[in-house]
Amino acid sequence: MVYDVVVIGGGPAGLSAAIYASRAKLSILLIEKNSCGGHIIITDSLDNYPGFDGGINGFELAVKLETQAKKFGTKIVYDEVSGIETGNIKKVITVNSVYETKTIITAAGTHVREMNIPGESKFKGRGVSFCATCDAPFYKDKDVLVVGGGDSAVQESIYLSKFAKSVTIIHRNAKLRSTKILQDRMLTYPNISVIYNTVIKEICGEDFPEKVTITNVNTKESRDLKTNGIFVFIGLVPNTSFFSSLTLDNTGYIITDENMNTSIPGIFACGDIRKKQLRQVVTAASDGAQAAISAQHYIENL
Amino acid sequence: MATEVNESNFSQEVLLSNKPVLVDFWAHWCGPCKMLAPIMDEIAVEYEDKVKIYKVDTDKNMSLSTKFQITSIPCLILFKNGTAVQKIIGFKSKNEIKRIIDSMLINIV
Repeated sequence: MVYDVVVIGGGPAGLSAAIYASRAKLSILLIEKNSCGGHIIITDSLDNYPGFDGGINGFELAVKLETQAKKFGTKIVYDEVSGIETGNIKKVITVNSVYETKTIITAAGTHVREMNIPGESKFKGRGVSFCATCDAPFYKDKDVLVVGGGDSAVQESIYLSKFAKSVTIIHRNAKLRSTKILQDRMLTYPNISVIYNTVIKEICGEDFPEKVTITNVNTKESRDLKTNGIFVFIGLVPNTSFFSSLTLDNTGYIITDENMNTSIPGIFACGDIRKKQLRQVVTAASDGAQAAISAQHYIENL
Repeated sequence: MATEVNESNFSQEVLLSNKPVLVDFWAHWCGPCKMLAPIMDEIAVEYEDKVKIYKVDTDKNMSLSTKFQITSIPCLILFKNGTAVQKIIGFKSKNEIKRIIDSMLINIV
């Protein structure tokens, strides 16, 4: 069959698009690589999502979004997209199948940026982590490092400091990039410290990390630092590898207009994958709704 | 259904089992673990005769988390004759987990 809409990605943007498209009686398939929810399933509490005055757990919101989309008729398959073909009838190629569709809404989001240094992949999941909310309890009374200097790095350091004996932030610049309110809050935790102008060059150890080599970016001096774990928060990378035919900005995010149209007619983008200022659940949901309506208009005018 | 095991019956149920065992280490605060739980329940039914599926609440059984060096969950560990033979870290799809179990079962025969 030829679907009206194939949505790639089951985070808040993709599921919102699915809810709006299925309510509009379009035939819709949503393809998710892992499990629905995206980044929010590892978010303990969303305190700024409108309508939940007591906050809502990210996992719970993900389940609600998925249930709501299914209720209106969205079909969800768990598969990984490997490529797309454009044309009047578009094709979405996955590891296990090929789906034909009139429109594509990509809500494939972002993945965490890695440091690409020796030892990082060897210790991934056993000492190198990209999620404090997931792994912090396993570092009780340990010494850990946090790499980065943005809001995530500072926020996750504060969370980690409640478990770990010490948290040392390793930041490549002379100043943290994070908001002042977070930095001020960080100062109230005595077991958090910051080493500025410094990068990690290598992670060493047998079964688990034992030490890292750090280098001062100005003096080029290197020294070893003992540690039990390394938490990496150095940004996100958009999942646009199979959308290279679309117009992207210089960091790889998809450029759209305010109605989520990309540079190819019939392909829409929404959520974190799109070039925009604020990447939050509330803007993802808004993008998703707009993308679905734009897809509907496109189909009506075919 | 995947059955809960704890520090007191882990040896008996897992290490002394005559069938291969897949143990799901989880915690109530872990979103991806909750996503994995229904998949493990389905796998428990599908592999009923071949593989035992258990789960361990890491918060209540810290000694097991320490013993098996768990630093990230969800974490699945495959045991064969009392030995941990494979560790799978992070959320995996049902197909991926089945593929890992199937390749282990082939290696047994």
